[in-house]
Amino acid sequence: MSSSWKMHPVNQLFLARFREFIREPEAVFWSYVFPLVMMVALGLAFRSEPMEAISIVVQDGPGSEALKATLRESRMLIVSTGTEAECRQQLRAGQSELIVVVESLDGVSGYRFVFDPTRPGSVYARDAVNDVLQRAAGRQDPVATTDLAVTEPGSRYIDFLVPGLIGMGLMAGGIWGVGFAIVDMRIRQVLKRFLGTPMKKSHFVAAIMFSRMVFMIPEIIIVLVVSRFAFGVVNHGSYLSVILLVALGAFEFAGIGLLIASRAKTLETVSGLMNLSMVPMWIGSGIFFSAKRFPAFAQPMIELLPLTPVIDALRHVMQEGASVVQILPELGLITIWGVVTFIVAIRVFRWE
Amino acid sequence: MTYAIECRQLTKTWPGKPPVEAVRGIDLKVEQGTCFGVLGPNGAGKTTTIEICEGLLKATSGDAYVLGKNWATQGDLIRQEIGISLQETRLSEKLTVLETLTLFRSFYRSGMEPSEAIAKVSLQEKANARIKALSGGQRQRVAVATALVGNPKLLFLDEPTTGLDPQSRRDLWRIITEFREGGGTVLLTTHYMDEAERLCDRVAIFDRGKILAIDAPQKLIANLGAQHVVVFTVNGDSASSLAEDFGADLPGVISARVESEHRCLSVREPHIAIPALLALINERGLQLTSLTTRQATLEDVFVHFAGHRLNDDETGAVR
Repeated sequence: MSSSWKMHPVNQLFLARFREFIREPEAVFWSYVFPLVMMVALGLAFRSEPMEAISIVVQDGPGSEALKATLRESRMLIVSTGTEAECRQQLRAGQSELIVVVESLDGVSGYRFVFDPTRPGSVYARDAVNDVLQRAAGRQDPVATTDLAVTEPGSRYIDFLVPGLIGMGLMAGGIWGVGFAIVDMRIRQVLKRFLGTPMKKSHFVAAIMFSRMVFMIPEIIIVLVVSRFAFGVVNHGSYLSVILLVALGAFEFAGIGLLIASRAKTLETVSGLMNLSMVPMWIGSGIFFSAKRFPAFAQPMIELLPLTPVIDALRHVMQEGASVVQILPELGLITIWGVVTFIVAIRVFRWE
Repeated sequence: MTYAIECRQLTKTWPGKPPVEAVRGIDLKVEQGTCFGVLGPNGAGKTTTIEICEGLLKATSGDAYVLGKNWATQGDLIRQEIGISLQETRLSEKLTVLETLTLFRSFYRSGMEPSEAIAKVSLQEKANARIKALSGGQRQRVAVATALVGNPKLLFLDEPTTGLDPQSRRDLWRIITEFREGGGTVLLTTHYMDEAERLCDRVAIFDRGKILAIDAPQKLIANLGAQHVVVFTVNGDSASSLAEDFGADLPGVISARVESEHRCLSVREPHIAIPALLALINERGLQLTSLTTRQATLEDVFVHFAGHRLNDDETGAVR
């Protein structure tokens, strides 16, 4: 009986974890639906569409009616008017990107642009309005230009976001899932009870790792399928590479979860430790925006964060079609994180 | 012969300022096929001692042999042959009884079918119920079943009936008795005297990390020299100023003490002691408001040796 696979301790420990997981509907919901909600919300908010018309405001005063008429000639601009205070308020609130004021300098009439140079929309509005006004005043362009519009697949924000969300799911699932489960078992004295049986510690740890990898499968499939049909996100690389990355990532974060939970005695302690370890990755590993935006001195640290190689490699594969060989450095770093955290966690693990 | 458990000069000191000496030199031998009870108040070192024997704690000094094997070198072998039930384990509420026992069975090389373990604790009807749906007594029976499923030679039960209703206690007593009848050895801790008197062949009375006495329950009681206890209360002007040992000098009385509102006399011959007590009360101008007699119990043994009552929780470990 004990020789059959069904009664192998790893299988039984895995089944116990699996049953505990699927019998907790909230846990299933948060694991599988949360990343989906996030993807849909962010995908809609940052969908790639032709640039919308720009809202600007003309300050009331002598000549403002004529200026308004000129600007309204352009279909790119949505023009409103207001007093100086109203104009400032609109700019501050982001309702308008630019204030245009008619002014006279030494008897020559001209315009003053009031805008925020740190806002890309503001800078763009300034140039667009300037262009309209100069042409209306008779400027001739010395060079002829023509426009050809192209939108490359794989370069939209949603294409960038999906690998980030997969990485985020791996991190959150591994750290929360393993961390809470372990500390809960410690509080309930189940770990101590197991220690009083011939159960091998390596079997226990293997079951934790294995269950984490299995729980990830539906999450990844849901995210990939929904992003494919709702947003047309395609994987430009091989699915084998994606599977390999997801499996290794699940292993890595199960190890980190195990390490975080290896000594904590209360749920409060482990929650604090989990948040502490996840915040740098939430911010730094490039889930929602490129980690390259951080200053150069921070890059070496960011590259060593456990989540960074997962997301980087997923993006290389899914967006650029990178082969397994091309993501070997990332795979190596992920493996090192997983193996080291597992070894340290087992060494310092508190069973009671 | 090989003892089921043999402890020699066992000590356990928890580091701290000041260090806490939970166990201070315990010598213990438990013969195979017997039920051995460890009695004592909270903090007496019962759980620490049992957990050292279970291999869950390391002794600070001394040796603990289980079934003739040493924890230091043969821990894996010992674990195959013992079954334990901790003082407080909350098994996963989302698993069924059968799933829980199948899990525990998978840890052992040999043992009984999970369904057999369930039958031993009479939970067949609940086999497919989740732990969540069970009562406290049923959960405790599941915990004992997880200890039985590996077919152990030695069963450790740490306060198996604490907090249970009378019917659940009797259910557990039956399970323990059946295990004994099958040739198994039991080490249990309890602070219920009736439980120890009923189940145990021998008991050790623990207090402050030491053993005060070890013997068969009936012998311990007989050795008190006083097999009866007279419990009474008095009322009157001078009642509150009576000495603690009021009545100790009367004929047939071995000792006297106060237990909350009552006064107790340990008595060898009640037919001599009671008339003398009544005469003394009369002489002092007091009124007797209650008087009962009972057989001496292990509780009286404990008070005799420890000089304080068993359930005075504040006694604690010596610091």
